[in-house]
Amino acid sequence: MAKKYIDSGKKDTRSGFGAGLYEAGKKDPRVVAMTADLIGSVKMDAFVKDFPERFVQCGIAEANMVGAAAGIALTGKIPFIGSFAEFVTGRVYDQIRQEVAYGHTNVKIASSHAGITLGEDGATHQTMEDIALMRALPGMVVINPCDFNQTKAATIAAAEYEGPVYLRFGRPAVPNFTAEDQKFEIGKAICMNEGTDVTIFATGHLVWEAINAAEALEAEGVSAEVIDIATIKPLDEEAVIASAKKTGAVVCAEEHNTCGGLGELIAGVLAANAPTPIEFINGADRFGQSGTPAELMKVYGLDAAHIVEAAKKAVARK
Amino acid sequence: MANINELQRISSQLRRDIVRMVTKAKSGHPGGSMSSADFLTALYFDVMKHDPATWTRSGKDQDVFILSAGHLTPIYYSLLARTGYFPVAELATFRQFGSRLQGHPSIAKGLPGVFQPSGSLGQGLSLAAGIAVAKKMDKENNKVYVMMGDGECEEGQIWEAAMFAAHHKLDNLIGMVDWNGQQIDGRVDEVGGVGDLEAKYKAFGWEVIVADGHDFEEILKAYAKADELSGNDKPIMILFKSDMGHGVDFMAGTCAWHGKAPSAEQCEKALAQLEETLGDF
Repeated sequence: MAKKYIDSGKKDTRSGFGAGLYEAGKKDPRVVAMTADLIGSVKMDAFVKDFPERFVQCGIAEANMVGAAAGIALTGKIPFIGSFAEFVTGRVYDQIRQEVAYGHTNVKIASSHAGITLGEDGATHQTMEDIALMRALPGMVVINPCDFNQTKAATIAAAEYEGPVYLRFGRPAVPNFTAEDQKFEIGKAICMNEGTDVTIFATGHLVWEAINAAEALEAEGVSAEVIDIATIKPLDEEAVIASAKKTGAVVCAEEHNTCGGLGELIAGVLAANAPTPIEFINGADRFGQSGTPAELMKVYGLDAAHIVEAAKKAVARK
Repeated sequence: MANINELQRISSQLRRDIVRMVTKAKSGHPGGSMSSADFLTALYFDVMKHDPATWTRSGKDQDVFILSAGHLTPIYYSLLARTGYFPVAELATFRQFGSRLQGHPSIAKGLPGVFQPSGSLGQGLSLAAGIAVAKKMDKENNKVYVMMGDGECEEGQIWEAAMFAAHHKLDNLIGMVDWNGQQIDGRVDEVGGVGDLEAKYKAFGWEVIVADGHDFEEILKAYAKADELSGNDKPIMILFKSDMGHGVDFMAGTCAWHGKAPSAEQCEKALAQLEETLGDF
């Protein structure tokens, strides 16, 4: 039987970040928040109000923010730099590469409004390439939590972890279904639902879509295992290989470009260790466009219905 | 104030180190290393409060120097070795496989004295500003120094950082520009047009000091003036007017030696013009 998950009420994952940042800041005076003119958008309001002496407003100048964060980190503090995903990845890739990754400074990149479900703003703001960019940097931890509660827990874990972290979350309100006071373990895949016929590896809010897909598949007699890949790097390879060997068919689901995302990552691991038929759910190699998150999820093939079809295809290829 | 003759003697040795390191490595950047050698000698041997014995990357309770123009490792490594961060003999490993003395500064192999990697230009002022912010948060009185090239000031991030430092009143931050007027493709005024740096930094809200980067009396006065101006809510920029390749006649005043190693014969000619004062590595 597929495990039932209850949505306790839709919430945006960026607010999960805000809640986690506040808690981490309350617990540890070394935590510093920085943004480039986006306090409200990245939900730093509570932190700014209660810890103004540990907040650094950087203005619309993200490259400088990355360098300044590295400087602040060198002194032993734990800076979180928050902005839209595009502006803390592609716009400042070289700064992150030199100052954060190669310098191995303790900077946490808080990347909001990631993916196509940013919605109405359109393609300039809908980053679908960020996971690929950040994955390619040696020593960078890449976390993409699935809901409000997990994002809050992941933020606290990122503060406690020593080293560069890329933390990805989004703008729209999405189902909040994981445990409220969970402990987030970096690098650990989370089995949401055990199954025997096919494994759906999902990341971000597509985990909810995967859970719904598993429910629909069960009604059709297909037993789907759902694994939440909340940490994309380092990947929990052991869990991925074990599940693929068990079910013999795989679907990878992510809100990202096909290039360099979770799908390619898992395909590489399985090709080397346990060759398995794989189907891919992602935004393909194209830019986004304006629309509501729900419209875009459907048109770009990211919702539960598309995952169901992909799972059936993967099973048929066994 | 330090003995000027002594500083001159040190900088002569540093220039020998630069020429010998680059010749041995058959690559590297002697031109800017020689134009910045005098004012950096004064900084490391006289002005800056630093202690190699207790140094850490945190820069805690010490003055910090960030080399933004990361290609100037010949002068940087010579300064660090000659002030006791690591053995002078290690200068012989510059740019060789396995060496801590990477082509551009790196922290990967743990070279003492190096805070951060640099080499991709235009980033050091932001880094230094961040350290200055943190020192203020910690109510620490030490200063943060950072050196850029004048060509490097063509990078947009420099001006983001200039705005940020003034906005946050980072009066513990002292920037320096090695204003030698040269960059890889030619004269700065022909290639990138960085223009009037004095007026530009002033317009960005900085205190600006202009000094002759090869006259130790002026150099020390400039640092003293910077010290006097610190604490006045404004960051301070010292523009050191200098000559690329200064100290060796055939290397001076041209961009040709930005990133070129002398031949063995040229090396001998150069060394004949630079007195050995502290013993070669």
